[in-house]
Amino acid sequence: MKLKLHVWRQKGPNAPGKLETYEANHVSPDQSFLEMLDEVNEDLVKAGKDPIAFDHDCREGICGMCSQVINGVPHGGQVRTTVCQLHMRKFKDGDEIFIEPWKARAFPIIKDLAVDRGAYDRIIEAGGYTSCRTGGVPDGNAVMISKEAADNAMDAAECIGCGACAASCPNSSAMLFTSAKVSQLAVLPQGQVEAKRRVTAMLDEAKALGFGNCTNHYECQAACPKGIDVKFIAKLNREYIKALLP
Amino acid sequence: MQLTQSSVGRKIIMAVTGAMLFAFVCVHLLGNSSLFFGSAAINAYAQKLHSLGPVVWIFRLVMLGLFAVHIIFGVQLTLENKAATPDKNVQVKRLKTGFAAETMVISGLALAIFVVYHLLHFTVRVTNPEIYVPIEGGKGMVDVFIMVTHGFQQLLPVMIYSIAMLLLFLHVSHGFQSLFQTIGLSNDRTLPVMGNLSKLVGAVLLVGYVSIPLLILFGLIR
Repeated sequence: MKLKLHVWRQKGPNAPGKLETYEANHVSPDQSFLEMLDEVNEDLVKAGKDPIAFDHDCREGICGMCSQVINGVPHGGQVRTTVCQLHMRKFKDGDEIFIEPWKARAFPIIKDLAVDRGAYDRIIEAGGYTSCRTGGVPDGNAVMISKEAADNAMDAAECIGCGACAASCPNSSAMLFTSAKVSQLAVLPQGQVEAKRRVTAMLDEAKALGFGNCTNHYECQAACPKGIDVKFIAKLNREYIKALLP
Repeated sequence: MQLTQSSVGRKIIMAVTGAMLFAFVCVHLLGNSSLFFGSAAINAYAQKLHSLGPVVWIFRLVMLGLFAVHIIFGVQLTLENKAATPDKNVQVKRLKTGFAAETMVISGLALAIFVVYHLLHFTVRVTNPEIYVPIEGGKGMVDVFIMVTHGFQQLLPVMIYSIAMLLLFLHVSHGFQSLFQTIGLSNDRTLPVMGNLSKLVGAVLLVGYVSIPLLILFGLIR
């Protein structure tokens, strides 16, 4: 099938960017979205032009590197799907597709569709860890954790840090990411020691990095390729209130 | 300092002041409904409120404070949120949020302007001198029933009040469920129903408040 692509092209972080139009004339419905772009890039290289820069790594939906806003939605709007797992059979012959980068002050554009998501690493560095001495690997069930808490921790830990939550947020807020990283530790006993320090430090860091404030639009959950639930933002808020209390 | 500067701290301040303003709006509607029981009922209610003396003024100052905090932090947070996305994508498609949630600051500021008009109309009593008639044997007090029924026989005030109550519906339809999420009372079981419950609560306020001016305008309360 044939497609018309409108792709955001930007030479560097401070260069002006604009949409440019490309024809993709040999698209197979079996291709992934990234494979389709690979072919467009091959044509560009053959024509002596600069290929479209975009982030990708595992191409199996688990690493969180791919990051494109497709037709106005981060990752393209298919439920619980990263760009690399989005397939061209979801599009029709003759479709026009808009491909743009994450846009948020805290995610500066490196080139074209590639953005610097180091800001999420800064949030983790501010408190998304435990520093208690854990010793060797403990015996199974030596630390008693309920099935409910373990499931909850795993649900939060599903976050792959791709940045779609902040990219989809009308306020560019990183609250879903921060809440997942706070919650995965807050529901486990190992996370209790630094619980109060963690939540305020990570929130302060997110604010300092220039992310916006959460106003409960819940766009993040809808865009999240891992379906992280906004209940974790409520959990984060509870953790914050606990941190304020003496 | 943490509470008034951090992202979640200010969100909680918005939620708590919003909840108090919401509680006031509910009590105000209950008070208004005494109009359905006739002239004597609403005038007795008004006299009861006035007899509280200094308590009325303490209450007014608290309300002013709540409004000020809610508006100042609301505007501040909105400006920060706009600054967090200096340039938007050419194509933006929303999956979940709606008109009410995206226009909270606009509906809120418009409601603040309406409150000023409403106070001038029925509390300070300067906009429509013809409707402020002294009550018989009431030590210079105004007949509230006449003030309201005559006030709402004019089309313009009824339209202003109706539009304002639509804005209140929008504001509450996002704000009510937002309150529970912000103070951490939401979970995966409550979240799917809270959106609709929130709209229902907003609709009850809308119907309750708008019924009075509309029934008066159409001559059903006189």
